[in-house]
Amino acid sequence: MTVADREREDGAAPIAVPIVDSPPDEQPVAWRHRHLLDVDVLSWADIELVMRTTDAMREVLARPIAKVPALRGRNVTILFYEASTRTRVSFEVAAKNLSADVVNIAAATSSVTKGESLVDTVRTVEALGAQTLVIRHATSGAPYLAADTFSGSVINGGDGWHAHPTQALLDLYTLRSRLPGEPGASLAGRKIAILGDVLHSRVARSNIWTLTAAGAELWLCGPATLLRGFDAWGVRGAAEGRRFHVTTSIADALRDADAVMALRIQKERMASGLLPSLREYAARYGLTRERLALARPHAVVLHPGPMNEGVEIAPDVAAGTQSLIEEQVRNGVAVRMALLYLLAGRQS
Amino acid sequence: MSGRQIMTADEIRRATVRISHEIVEKQAGTAGLALVGIQRRGVPLARRIAAAIGDNEGAAIPVGALDITFYRDDLSLIAQQPVVKGTDLPFDLNGATVVLVDDVLYTGRTIRAAMDALVDFGRPQAIRLAVLVDRGHRELPIRADHVGKNVPTSREEVVKVQLEEIDGEDAVLIDRATETVAAPVG
Repeated sequence: MTVADREREDGAAPIAVPIVDSPPDEQPVAWRHRHLLDVDVLSWADIELVMRTTDAMREVLARPIAKVPALRGRNVTILFYEASTRTRVSFEVAAKNLSADVVNIAAATSSVTKGESLVDTVRTVEALGAQTLVIRHATSGAPYLAADTFSGSVINGGDGWHAHPTQALLDLYTLRSRLPGEPGASLAGRKIAILGDVLHSRVARSNIWTLTAAGAELWLCGPATLLRGFDAWGVRGAAEGRRFHVTTSIADALRDADAVMALRIQKERMASGLLPSLREYAARYGLTRERLALARPHAVVLHPGPMNEGVEIAPDVAAGTQSLIEEQVRNGVAVRMALLYLLAGRQS
Repeated sequence: MSGRQIMTADEIRRATVRISHEIVEKQAGTAGLALVGIQRRGVPLARRIAAAIGDNEGAAIPVGALDITFYRDDLSLIAQQPVVKGTDLPFDLNGATVVLVDDVLYTGRTIRAAMDALVDFGRPQAIRLAVLVDRGHRELPIRADHVGKNVPTSREEVVKVQLEEIDGEDAVLIDRATETVAAPVG
């Protein structure tokens, strides 16, 4: 049985009896997932619980001592097979704020360089006491393989082109808290543009799930070579009532948008012939102040980082008043605290 | 919930007013007083006590809300993480006399967690405890300074406080546990 099957079974499992003696009407849907491998297995109630728990974590982060003992004695092992600063450090800070014990493994300096397989590495870190495993891997699906082996909880910290669930949840939280209107208001009917290398982006794929689930009107925009296959997905999505457009016209994507998310252009894409040059990409699709003016006056700007300033986003936009990029980093810690907390509850 | 009623709305009101007088008497005034309700039903109770002190003394007492979830000692034992309801302490705790307010005092574990949470926000001059119902069965060396009603119970019973702000009416009920629930932490 695959992990995906198991997750679906989990979804149908009976909910454990609540611990606190409160009436049933005030019990929100409880968290039932053992792993967080992608957002596609989360119900909307699950997502609301993550958002609500993130609010509580934001309050913890604002305290004079931003540390609570919730995960005392729990081992959180962070196993990254790909370079990363913000995601890895974000998970580490989040785990430490919850008083967990953190073990950091960078594959580049581990036995992986001696040829140890992923499964063997997972067995080894489990034998060393890992209870929550955060994994990033260049191969799509690697966290699912890890979850089949590991007896604790696995969190996907980004796998190949496939998924980056914690990024999608922090983007959703940031948009909900910062779009004009009521804080935490619904994204229903809001126009959100994702701009750039959608094809290779796990951030875009996970965001498509959460933002369309939130009812946003989503526009994917970039050069045709970097949007291959998304038209078909968009047509299927429309059949399920998800609003989802694909366009190569940046003017169409940005016009009256409430939010714009620029994606990183990876330099290695040039070599494969998908883009003629960074300069041409910047000229046609870079998010400049002039282009941002097509969006609504108070539209917000997001970027998952790391940025190539001057390529997919102009420096004055990245540092401008509409930019939520630093807010994304702050919320990333709170969202990851919420997920570490929620996943720690399920005994394995 | 069914069960036998052990406090009526009037009795709850009188107990709240009496506790408000006791708190002021013990503090010899209202200077430096702050009330902190423990989520959930301690919060409306704290607001009621603060309002009663306001009526009697003409002083506005700051009221906060404390969620003790992250400080529970059974997080690693229970199957599912409790839903966090939020902490809001809109005043400086340093040097204040903080009266913790909760609906039911039982094992004392909630109060232990609440004290651990409070001291992460500062160093109060003193921490006191006011509860609407003390049902006994303490597992820690903790006692309340102000008690609405002492109710002898067995461990198999469930004490349920209902407050208008949350439940639509005021009442305290006692019942046999009908389903297998883990012991409340209160």
